[in-house]
Amino acid sequence: MRMILLELFLTFLLVGFIAFGGGYAMIPIIQQEVVERHGWMNVTEFTDMIGVAGMSPGPIATNIAIFVGMQQAGIVGAIVAAIGMVLPSLVIIVAVGTIFFRIHQNKWVQSSLYGLRSVITGLILYAAVVFAVRNELVTSVSWFTLSQLLIFAGSLAALLLLRKHPLTILIISGLIGIALYS
Amino acid sequence: MTETGKTIWQLFTTFLRIAPATFGGGFAVMPAMEKEVVEKRKWMDSEDIGDVFAVAQSIPGAVAINSATFIGYRIAGIRGALAAMIGMLLPTFCIIVVLSYVFLQVKDNPKIEAAFLSIRATIVALIAYAAIKYGKKALVDKASAVLIGVTVLLLFVGGSLIHPLLIIAGGAAAGIVIQAIKAKLGQERSKELRQERSGKVQEQIFDYMI
Repeated sequence: MRMILLELFLTFLLVGFIAFGGGYAMIPIIQQEVVERHGWMNVTEFTDMIGVAGMSPGPIATNIAIFVGMQQAGIVGAIVAAIGMVLPSLVIIVAVGTIFFRIHQNKWVQSSLYGLRSVITGLILYAAVVFAVRNELVTSVSWFTLSQLLIFAGSLAALLLLRKHPLTILIISGLIGIALYS
Repeated sequence: MTETGKTIWQLFTTFLRIAPATFGGGFAVMPAMEKEVVEKRKWMDSEDIGDVFAVAQSIPGAVAINSATFIGYRIAGIRGALAAMIGMLLPTFCIIVVLSYVFLQVKDNPKIEAAFLSIRATIVALIAYAAIKYGKKALVDKASAVLIGVTVLLLFVGGSLIHPLLIIAGGAAAGIVIQAIKAKLGQERSKELRQERSGKVQEQIFDYMI
């Protein structure tokens, strides 16, 4: 029990320190840790959790941390994971917050952020493919595959063109799922 | 209650009230924060809070948590930072704990299973959308395009073998090397970098968190 608590804390502490970008941009890092390295859940379970976290109030990354902690070690696990996730924010802000206005303009910081943005884009692109494949969006030529592709395309269009809030899209998608698949 | 004690309590309660309004991350939270912190409490002016949001996005972690913590820190030091952070975290913590319990109970229900079959495809769309949004910011020159390509390639080959820490550190290092080479070759620094250095680029905040 103690072992898992320590592992949860350290895992989300690491995530909190290296997950740049905020929001869904942080998901690949969390996925790498929670699914690939620790095997706490498979991609489908992880995706469902993102769905629930995305439909709940609060930052998606801390929501996921609380969710994983809860699932692995109950309420204590949730607390430990949440603290691990937010501790880096506190440490960084207290350590560099006030001088960051100045170092933000620094050549080295800017160059690092420039590289980070590209790498994070790569991570998200890769994650999108991994999520699509392992959630079996495309299995074979079938009615199911077609419907999944249509839901994917419809969701993306609603985000890009109609600029709908993710929460709205998730709820509508859920209702479509009930209508189609039950 | 002392004056500082009062401020710290106000920080806690202010963010406690804002937190449940933040569906889907920072989408809704920044305008709400600005309204509370700038207009209602008059803790800082709108230019200051713009700086806070800019820094909150540049450091790792959730932008909403970073912003709240930073505001708390600037107003009342470490205790203020803690108060704001805990205020921001507490409501959603309780909600998620309850939700995760409920989810475990209902997830095998055929209707819920059907709903999630569709939601999974939507999550992939959300991640793809994040890639597009983030990619637009990252893609400022040819070198950044190459770096994105190399990252994806490495991930497909190495996958989970490459530790995320290595990827992030590698990205920062690559950024420094690329900019140094550009400087050596006498090329101008990447477009966005120059703009940011002159302090002109105020990143689009409200649309950010996705």
